Amino acid sequence: MLADAMTVGFTATGLLFFLAGTAGIIRFPDTLSRLHALTKADNVGLGLLIAGLAFQAPDWQSLGKLALIWVMALIAAGTTAQLVARSAAVRQSRRTPPEAAPQGGREAP
Amino acid sequence: MTGYAATGFDLVLAALILATAGLAISVRDLFAAVVFFIVYGIFVALAWLRLGAIDVALTEAALGAGLTGVLLIGAVARLARNLVERRPEGSGEGGLLAAPPVSRAASPAARIPAMLGSAGISAVLGWAFLAQPADEGLRGPVAANLASSGVTNPVTAVLLNFRGWDTLLESVVLLAALTGVWALARDEDWGLRPGLRQHARAAGVLATFGRLLPPFGLLLGVYLVWVGASRPGGAFQGGTVLAAVWLLVMMAGLMAPPRVTSPRIRAVLIAGPLLFLAIGLAGALAGTFLALPPAVAKWVILLIESGLTLSIAATLALLVLGPPQSPATPAGHTRDRP
Amino acid sequence: MIASATIFGLCGAALIGLGLYSYVTNRHLLRRLLAFNVIGSGIFLLLGASGARLPLVAADPVPQALIITGIVVALAATALGVGLVLAYARVTGRTSLPEDSAGDSAGDTPQEPPR
Repeated sequence: MLADAMTVGFTATGLLFFLAGTAGIIRFPDTLSRLHALTKADNVGLGLLIAGLAFQAPDWQSLGKLALIWVMALIAAGTTAQLVARSAAVRQSRRTPPEAAPQGGREAP
Repeated sequence: MTGYAATGFDLVLAALILATAGLAISVRDLFAAVVFFIVYGIFVALAWLRLGAIDVALTEAALGAGLTGVLLIGAVARLARNLVERRPEGSGEGGLLAAPPVSRAASPAARIPAMLGSAGISAVLGWAFLAQPADEGLRGPVAANLASSGVTNPVTAVLLNFRGWDTLLESVVLLAALTGVWALARDEDWGLRPGLRQHARAAGVLATFGRLLPPFGLLLGVYLVWVGASRPGGAFQGGTVLAAVWLLVMMAGLMAPPRVTSPRIRAVLIAGPLLFLAIGLAGALAGTFLALPPAVAKWVILLIESGLTLSIAATLALLVLGPPQSPATPAGHTRDRP
Repeated sequence: MIASATIFGLCGAALIGLGLYSYVTNRHLLRRLLAFNVIGSGIFLLLGASGARLPLVAADPVPQALIITGIVVALAATALGVGLVLAYARVTGRTSLPEDSAGDSAGDTPQEPPR
């Protein structure tokens, strides 16, 4: 009973994070800030989702598998976000010459 | 999940499947279309979960969404390169970017009949599906013979024992497809290594990922093959994971793709089908082709699966890499005679 | 309520129609390959749902095995198709067949490279 309540609570919070991340992807102007929203919000959301599911796990092996899923998703998401960010940054620096870029600000997509 | 919640979930999932398929078809940008196709593949894998076909869900997620997605993304990238290589004379450097997007669809006059025809076919298929009686199918014979098949997962039993002939032919079909892909290489490119040039930095994130993931990937792939005897899994799913690990290692620059002329890779490619065929012929000498005697069926299936997984992993990875192709030549320099 | 198998079987039938429409109306060869894959997975859904219609029993294993084989062969066919399309583009500089752009005065200009 308590386990079910915890599952619902954690999963709902995780879904809220996913919603926030999706809103960020739609509303943010350029690739780098969208990646920021995507990686941070979605990974926390996934972690909360897995935490919620952990309360339903029947044994330690399932718990271990869930934790492994979260770790691998985290590593994969981080790696791909870094690669996309690097290629986006390279593309932006090719399009706008260096002296035209405002310091630390966002450039046009 | 029962009742209204289950139906609601299924309806939402079906709507998502149709929406992403529609987007994959209609979006202008080709890369975006491929991305939507990958998402569509994941949703279809979820649909397989809802239907209770977990082996199929694994295969769809790994092959249908994953490897097909990688293949198509590589195709989109290579298409731009191949078109640049064969620019007709008279177009300058800015020609590729300045060209208007080609109208990629048929004329409006042809669309209405096509729409009506497709809708009609869908309607007939849907009606035929609903008009079928819900039948027990072949569950009965499979369940009756499962104990003597050597495994307890009915799908694996069907794939490797009851319908082993289909699986043998399938492994040969994979080889035939790879031969076809390699046959598309130009004569002067034959000895080269397939695949695009990789630009991973030696100490970068991709290289680290390419060192970090393979141990887990190998473990997962072998585990999928081993556990396929009793739980959802099997040679195809495990082979796909291994192929993905090898592709990742090559993309991270840690290993070069093998030359297509290399005898070692050719030995690996034919090892699986050859082993399967040999076991089948051994069965033929004893009575029936591809017969697996119940006493040793478990170990023979494991043996077949080991060889098959190796060959499938190599074949799938090489299919994704494509034919050997030399690096692009400067624009305007045509290398092929039509 | 409505069974999963019914919903996904009808979804498969709809996907077949969607894929056919896309195959007929698109000229770009890679888009035709995408449509071919959509048709394929629609056929698999239809077949698999037919085997999963009994409510309390596990899904029929024989269609599942056939579908797994089908998915692998579809990938192999797509890979061969991709190779053919790329070789065709390299040799002729076009992304669609000549008979499909017969009414197009400008001929077939290459697609913009992906952004």
